[in-house]
Amino acid sequence: MDARKKKRKVLLMGKSGSGKSSMRSIIFSNYVAKDVRRLGATIDVEHSHVKFMGNLTLNLWDCGGQDAFMETYLASQRGNIFSDVAVLIYVFDIESREVERDLDTYHAIIEALSEFSPNAYVFCLVHKMDLIQAEHRQRIYDERSAVIRSRSGDFRVDTFASSIWDQSLYKAWAGIVHKLIPNLIVIERFLTAFAKKINAEEVILFERSTFLTVTSVTSEVGELNPIYDRHERLSNIMKAFKHCAARNTLTTPASAGFVVMHTKTPQFNIFLGRFTDNTYIFLVVPPGEASYNCAVLNTMLAREGFSKAAAGSGGGDGFPLPPPETADDHANGYGYGYGNGYGHGYGNPT
Amino acid sequence: MPPNETLFLESTTRIQKDSIHSFMDFQVWDFPGQLEYFESAFDLEDIFGSLGALVWVIDAQDDYLDSVARLNRTILTVQQFYPGINIEVFIHKVDGLSDEYRTDTFQDIVQRISDELSDAGYENAPVHYYLTSIYDYSVFEAFSKVIQKLIPNLSTLENLINTLANNCGFEKTYLFDVLSKIYIASDTRPVDMACYEMCSDYIDVIVDISELYSWDHPVRKRLGDQIQEAESHVVLHDQTMIHLMEMNKYLCLVSVIRNPEAKDKRGLIDMNCRTFQDALNEVFSRSWEEGSTAQEGESAAVSK
Repeated sequence: MDARKKKRKVLLMGKSGSGKSSMRSIIFSNYVAKDVRRLGATIDVEHSHVKFMGNLTLNLWDCGGQDAFMETYLASQRGNIFSDVAVLIYVFDIESREVERDLDTYHAIIEALSEFSPNAYVFCLVHKMDLIQAEHRQRIYDERSAVIRSRSGDFRVDTFASSIWDQSLYKAWAGIVHKLIPNLIVIERFLTAFAKKINAEEVILFERSTFLTVTSVTSEVGELNPIYDRHERLSNIMKAFKHCAARNTLTTPASAGFVVMHTKTPQFNIFLGRFTDNTYIFLVVPPGEASYNCAVLNTMLAREGFSKAAAGSGGGDGFPLPPPETADDHANGYGYGYGNGYGHGYGNPT
Repeated sequence: MPPNETLFLESTTRIQKDSIHSFMDFQVWDFPGQLEYFESAFDLEDIFGSLGALVWVIDAQDDYLDSVARLNRTILTVQQFYPGINIEVFIHKVDGLSDEYRTDTFQDIVQRISDELSDAGYENAPVHYYLTSIYDYSVFEAFSKVIQKLIPNLSTLENLINTLANNCGFEKTYLFDVLSKIYIASDTRPVDMACYEMCSDYIDVIVDISELYSWDHPVRKRLGDQIQEAESHVVLHDQTMIHLMEMNKYLCLVSVIRNPEAKDKRGLIDMNCRTFQDALNEVFSRSWEEGSTAQEGESAAVSK
């Protein structure tokens, strides 16, 4: 079915110079923050396709934000631009001096969107937050997002504060991506069961090239971790190391990557490995040599189950999981059945 | 501190003494460039008496003749009274110079200093030169070399690492001080900047991740026994493996392995590293018994 291998049209809009192309380059083209100085102004619309999680292709329309372009989008190009939109990402520059005018443009765009694709998701990023003094950030962001909401018509808008210089950019985009993945509920159900089986404190699924958090499961103990932005920080750390590895092995950041990473410390053990073609799995388990090895083994087996099922169905689906109604019946489920069976076999060595 | 933030550092106005407590205790004295310490107001014995190494920083992008002249005066005095002090010259800020110009500057400075020294009759003065910049890893490399000269049992450590690296097929092995990311010993194969960069960045990764997950809470309980020291390795896309093992509170051993078979022999590698760890701790405990690592002083004289 074509509906499952959907292309999703994502519009990236906002005032000229607000940072749309910069953040796109960082998230999808493996730029580091200081590289974006090289980017010039976007002329008209730049299209790019981003393959994400196997069956999801983002069709990204980066729309140049100069006034002349904005007018054509709203007038002659109106039908072309605003039809079939799955997501609108609108970027506000926090430093802008003409807030009212920005909001007017935004409102005009929202009207055009509700005319052609009333079911689209709308995300607003309040960008360049690093330029605001830390103590005022929350207040200014709250004010601004209230104003944005009041001008958003019938759409339910999610707003994020972001900056390319810290992990907030990853947080915002992870939030956006999270909304777009089709079979997320199934994935999460699997991960929850899996995390419980291997006694993991936390299981995170990262997208391969962007290192954005796709989804995560945290146990009751893991919830007590005082660091709330750890997922975004992890994205940042791993991406920085990927750049270092690329530099020193003479390849491009896009083709560099990790095969596997094991870390054992007295307080926690971490495993990072390829899970599906497009994802890394990141496990945090309490210390204990035997149970750690067991968790790693189970992860490998669950992965085998996944790939076997993918070959069987031939759908090329990133997550060929059994349908929800058979998932609990573990004789049937591929990934599920393996996780269960071996979990009992190798688990609890004491 | 990232390099681009050093812009906001103010100029040093008095002698700053920083103590570094690590596998061996250092004291770094940061001298203001404009200070004339040969005046009678300063006690030479107090400054140079317990000194291990003198680091002199020359701005390669500026007119350095003045600085070189002062350095010469300093070297002559130091050589006269304290011949045991290593003199390390950092030719700094070379990132702004083209390759050719960089070599010219380097040779010019070396020439001027060695001429002066031989005129004064010092043939084999312990003066060493380094090209450094804060925008790459060269300054870490240079400081590593400076510190290494002060370690009493460096050759023992190097021998141990060589044995380990040869037997395990490591491409390059470093013994790092985790806090400063200075390496205190490495195997004696040629220096490879790429390896150093990856190793040092990998330490960052592990330290950063540890920060995220090392929280203390009574409900966190372990699932079984495990070795006390941290151990980690990563396999990159081209089958290169970076292996990291904590040696003691301050040191960790980081190796780059390019042999694709290493993946399957991790148990053996781990065991060899543990043996190395035992040997290392023995070396250090013995030197402490003798009390030979009394506090080593070191000073950095920053010239404009």
